[in-house]
Amino acid sequence: MDPSTKLTKEIEVLKQVLPLITSHKDRNSVSQVCKDFYHVERCSRTKVFIGNCYAVSPEMVARRFPNIRSVTLKGKPRFADFNLVPENWGADVHSWLVVFAEFYPFLEELRLKRMTVSDASLEFLATSFTEFRALSLSSCDGFSTDGLEAIATHCKALTELDIQENDIDDVSGDWLSCFPEDFASLEVLNFSSLNTDVSFDVLEDLVCRCKSLRVLKVNKNISLEQLQRLLVWTPQLIELGTGSFNQELVPRQFQMLESAFDNCKNLSTISGLWEATSQNLAALYPVSARLSFLNLSYANLQSSALAELLAHCSNLRRLWVLDTVEDKGLEAVGSCCPFLEELRVFPAGPFDQDMDYGVTESGLVAVSNGCRRLKYVLYFCMQMTNDAVATVVQNCPDFTHFRLCIMNPSQPDYLTNEPMDEAFGAVVKNCTNLERLSLSGLLTDLTFEYIGKYAKKLEILSVAFAGSSDLGMQQVLEGCPMLRKLEIRDCPFGDAALLSGLDKYESMRSLWMSTCNLTMTGCKELAKERPRLNVEVIKDEETDEETDKVYVYRSLAGPRSDAPPFVVSL
Amino acid sequence: MESINIQEEGLNLKATELRLGLPGRDETEKETIFSFKNNKRAAPKSTEDNESEANSDAKHGDHEAAPAAKAQIVGWPPIRSYRKNNFPPKKAEAEFGIYVKVSMDGAPYLRKIDLKVYNGYADLLRALESMFKLSIGYYSEREGYKGSEYAPTYEDKDGDWMLVGDVPWDMFMSSCKRLRIMKGSEARGLGCGV
Repeated sequence: MDPSTKLTKEIEVLKQVLPLITSHKDRNSVSQVCKDFYHVERCSRTKVFIGNCYAVSPEMVARRFPNIRSVTLKGKPRFADFNLVPENWGADVHSWLVVFAEFYPFLEELRLKRMTVSDASLEFLATSFTEFRALSLSSCDGFSTDGLEAIATHCKALTELDIQENDIDDVSGDWLSCFPEDFASLEVLNFSSLNTDVSFDVLEDLVCRCKSLRVLKVNKNISLEQLQRLLVWTPQLIELGTGSFNQELVPRQFQMLESAFDNCKNLSTISGLWEATSQNLAALYPVSARLSFLNLSYANLQSSALAELLAHCSNLRRLWVLDTVEDKGLEAVGSCCPFLEELRVFPAGPFDQDMDYGVTESGLVAVSNGCRRLKYVLYFCMQMTNDAVATVVQNCPDFTHFRLCIMNPSQPDYLTNEPMDEAFGAVVKNCTNLERLSLSGLLTDLTFEYIGKYAKKLEILSVAFAGSSDLGMQQVLEGCPMLRKLEIRDCPFGDAALLSGLDKYESMRSLWMSTCNLTMTGCKELAKERPRLNVEVIKDEETDEETDKVYVYRSLAGPRSDAPPFVVSL
Repeated sequence: MESINIQEEGLNLKATELRLGLPGRDETEKETIFSFKNNKRAAPKSTEDNESEANSDAKHGDHEAAPAAKAQIVGWPPIRSYRKNNFPPKKAEAEFGIYVKVSMDGAPYLRKIDLKVYNGYADLLRALESMFKLSIGYYSEREGYKGSEYAPTYEDKDGDWMLVGDVPWDMFMSSCKRLRIMKGSEARGLGCGV
């Protein structure tokens, strides 16, 4: 397959080194050094990452990389997660699978995010690739549990089945029973987001046979008693997603559960914990000190229950909770988990008109006081102040991901009534390694001035209900050299702002703008000036607005050939 | 120049725009406040209520009024559908709590608890043990609370005194009028399938 090139010493060395280079960013850099490096790299690449399925065609991928075993594909814009992208928009994986079947018959792994996947596609996948081993589907739609039956039935070498938070037709749990009786190769099994019952006997047998199982995440229909029986077979587990955690246990049952956890000497991640009670959480104490990631975002705990548990979790690096723990619970986080690097606080009842609980700025400050190594925060709250955020980032200057969601749109600092500009100004000034930022609250162009001036490593920016004029967006486009993804909704940015990024968009993955001040004129101008960008206008059924939603992305594949009628390529 | 025109266009739409700012905010503060442009989504779609539960469809109302009236905006707050559709049932709902008095034989005053705060009998009993500094132990269908000198009982809707734990939790929550922690022989009498 190598084109005949004059082999220099450097190429020989490169060939030795390349198998050790797995990061796609590094490999992309290698391929840009010179033509020889490009050719050596492309033949040796086995894993390909395609961040936007419309940026390139499957044929182009197959032409460039002949020896791919693993593909990661991402489809819809992220705002699809929040219902901003109409159904049947696209990102169907099937055309990719057809090409892969021809060029990569030995494909082993497929990881999809925000793609549309039909049952027929899953069946095609299962029957076309004899070596297929790992399937991961996250935020996908279009398939049902019938499709999973095909995977279980035909993929004899399957090691990973990871079904995460998809919008699917959950018909039945029979798919689990489709694994052959001698099938024993699973290492990862995650069906936590499926709501139908699987046969427990089948699950127990399967888990018992798969001695290499390291990740097991069951759904909430699995009871505590059943979980204990599973754990007996899986002392080697590294990641566990429990089922329902609120069954009332008699002392003997509790002891057995506790002992089962104690036996899992490698357990570092626990999730699930549906409706956990503090009594039952005590069963985790034997493993708590070993935990690095605890996902309590489906257990609506009160502050005391969280505090009790966290007292045992001194080594935690990542914690996800619901805001039912309130500020008091977050104080416990600050005092118990000094090594914490990531905190996510989700709202338990954001659509509640009468919501009077939740977390405030004090909770976040309390965490920052105790957890100085914090790098990642996702925080949904009802109120915030500029001072609090300034304090937080002074305590924790190492933030790489700062995602703050003050849930009332355009809400100012509740103490001073001022915009939240200074808060985000403090974030970008203090956190020099910031890669991802999500804004909220009342914000003027000043916020964007700060971002453009200080956030030099910023890659992803999410903006909603913010800004005063085109200048805001312009300052970000001009000031952030590493910007890759910009997603904007409900902001007063118009055509001038859009066009100020003419020289920028080809260096980015994508731009999303919805409910802003764009007109067809501006969008057409952009499309005309930059033919290598796909400028797509999504016509919304509900509004008459022509340019309510605009999606702009660089592409080598030209305009989409599969666009539905409501997606207009300019 | 262009940007000024566009701003003026925006200002002209002001007459039909519905604002999302806080009430009482000065209309003339055009620089700092963005007027949320949602004149298109004027009419609430009452027939789409079913979908809106799962999808939080936009139902825009007039936001100038009470601060408590929060309209639902499509895709806000930004929470993935899966998480929205799988919110765990809320534990504490103060206005709709089920408050019952709890008395204990020999104790000088009563307590009041909200049954909705507890996940089940075990949760409730641990709370009672903690509240009254005693040991109730575990429930068994045949023997009640044998092994403890206390038995938690409750008065149901029919005015009868029942042993706590006999009926499913949900049924208990809806029929319990008040609790009484009985002591001594009275307690033992109640534990035998009355």
